[in-house]
Amino acid sequence: MSPAPRLAARFARARAEKRAALILYLTADDPDGETSLRLMRAAVDAGADVIEIGVPWSDPSADGKAIQAAMHRALARGGGLRRSLLLCRQLRDACPDVGLILFGYANPIVVMGPDVFALKARDAGADGVLCVDYPPDEDGALLTALAREGLDYVPLLAPTSTGPRIDAAIAAAGSFIYYVSLTGITGTALANLDAPRAQVAAIRARSEGRLSVAVGFGIRTPGAARAVASFADAVVVGSAAVEIVEKAAAAGRDPVPEMAAFVGGLRQAVGRSG
Amino acid sequence: MSAPAAPQTPGRFGPFGGRYVSETLIPSLDQLTAAWAAASADPTFSEELDRLLSDYVGRPTPLGFAARLSAEVREESGRDVRIYLKREDLCHTGAHKINNCIGQLLLARRMGKTRIIAETGAGQHGVATASACALFGLPCEIYMGAVDVERQGLNVFRMKLLGAQVHAVKDGTATLKDAMNEALRDWVTNVADTHYVIGSVAGPHPYPLLVRELQAVIGREARAQIQEVEGRLPDACVACVGGGSNAMGLFHAFVPDPAVRLFGVEAAGDGIETARHAATLSKGRVGVLHGARSYVLCDDDGQISEAHSISAGLDYPGVGPEHSFLKETGRATYLAVTDEGAIAGFQRLARTEGILCALESAHAIAALPQVAATLPDGAVLIANVSGRGDKDMGTLAARLGVTL
Repeated sequence: MSPAPRLAARFARARAEKRAALILYLTADDPDGETSLRLMRAAVDAGADVIEIGVPWSDPSADGKAIQAAMHRALARGGGLRRSLLLCRQLRDACPDVGLILFGYANPIVVMGPDVFALKARDAGADGVLCVDYPPDEDGALLTALAREGLDYVPLLAPTSTGPRIDAAIAAAGSFIYYVSLTGITGTALANLDAPRAQVAAIRARSEGRLSVAVGFGIRTPGAARAVASFADAVVVGSAAVEIVEKAAAAGRDPVPEMAAFVGGLRQAVGRSG
Repeated sequence: MSAPAAPQTPGRFGPFGGRYVSETLIPSLDQLTAAWAAASADPTFSEELDRLLSDYVGRPTPLGFAARLSAEVREESGRDVRIYLKREDLCHTGAHKINNCIGQLLLARRMGKTRIIAETGAGQHGVATASACALFGLPCEIYMGAVDVERQGLNVFRMKLLGAQVHAVKDGTATLKDAMNEALRDWVTNVADTHYVIGSVAGPHPYPLLVRELQAVIGREARAQIQEVEGRLPDACVACVGGGSNAMGLFHAFVPDPAVRLFGVEAAGDGIETARHAATLSKGRVGVLHGARSYVLCDDDGQISEAHSISAGLDYPGVGPEHSFLKETGRATYLAVTDEGAIAGFQRLARTEGILCALESAHAIAALPQVAATLPDGAVLIANVSGRGDKDMGTLAARLGVTL
């Protein structure tokens, strides 16, 4: 598939600046719609290249405690796929250049219908879609619908992925592949970088340099982001950001200033110093 | 039915099924698919499975004519039917669940897996898995919704006595679907050494196929037994459906015989016109839950609904993909019975046949007059008594206002 122009531009810019791109995941409507939009805008202002808008779902079986809790907070406020599309549109209006990925699970998309969903995602200003439990070779419906609207499908690969799976992901990908750094759920700390380093190199080589490779799961600190940025095209941070929202919400504080500082620190860290 | 784009992967029943899971799990599903293909072609595997089903599970289970139940159903439906009961309640551990567990443990051992996990709703699958793990000497961890831990305390105690570790899952609605989510999280984390024993014909391919094949012994036996006693095939088979494994187990041997009508009975809870039911096929829509495209109970935004049934084993907002296929093709008919109806069915079977069945199975019993009314006089029915009712005494006593 051909890459979505905005995502390609963001990756190209990061490459030109000799750094990894920074991708930040936040759950839509967590802790509420208004704060969620401010959080995402603050993340963009602090240097995030791409925002993954987490679409709340009732049964997030690939996510750890932090993102599960975020989704339940959002659902309690009426969040879900429809509201995520609305938030995506608002964020696009505020931030014309940022990359926007809708990140969620299959059921809301299947219930809406992949064709309708893809159309609405494009209208909402999204650049791509990552669906945790919708592998590229499962059925063609989502892939076909996204391609028709010029949206990126973002495949996942994992440490367990075999050669044929890597090839299927490469064939389905637009701009980049999301490499899951560990066998586990979101929020687990990443202990060993040797395996991801080798896998990222292998995926990049197999795609003959066409695709960028983002690495996520387990990157919780600027230090970890710096280490991953030394070999990945992009670094994804999710649970650690969501935990900032959780803690601030529990204490009755506005999470936005802490988010801005956290993302600023990550952005500094992904600049390659050598 | 709008057909989705042609699937490129196997494991589909028409448009239903598939492998809608995290990428991390795909290689394990491949491994399990290959292991099952090899095992099912290997005579030593089937010999060992048959031996365990006979010596440990107690198979074959009887198929018995239910004279007094038939008379009551005749009275109520106006049809002169003969009802036979397939007695899965007489299996070791008290339900059909053990058929599947024994087979999956044999497979796990062939694959070199050293740790077993499972989800459970009512606790029957948990008890069966814990028993099989004790038999095979493998460590066992069971995920169970905190609500179910509360209402099925006896089975929790059983699992612990059998050496299993039981995790109470407090997320979401704290019932079977959440237990399955948590088991999937465990599996994705420990996929190298762990086998996940899914307890129903649900989940990603190959589970719906694998569990059906391991439960199909129910229908194979019933088919031979009814031909022995009646000299012909039955006119109808009736079984309860939550995820749907006892029903698929009974139905499978009869699917190629169009003259045998197949009836699945879902849990209507307070009534399918209310918000509190678990009638996924009757009231749900096509979606994706726990790795398969099938009917699900969810809202317009795709958020999974809380299911409700007096029977914890039917309290699930999804259903096995093959049932969705049998519904869409019209091969099987799906009915729904309320909590109240199930209690009446339980009492009827106790009073007429001296059998205390599980509340799950009571849904099938309760639907018999409705099924009989669609059949001619002289019709022969097989109803699956999928489990025994010991585990439900507390629930029943509470509903009937009795203090134990």
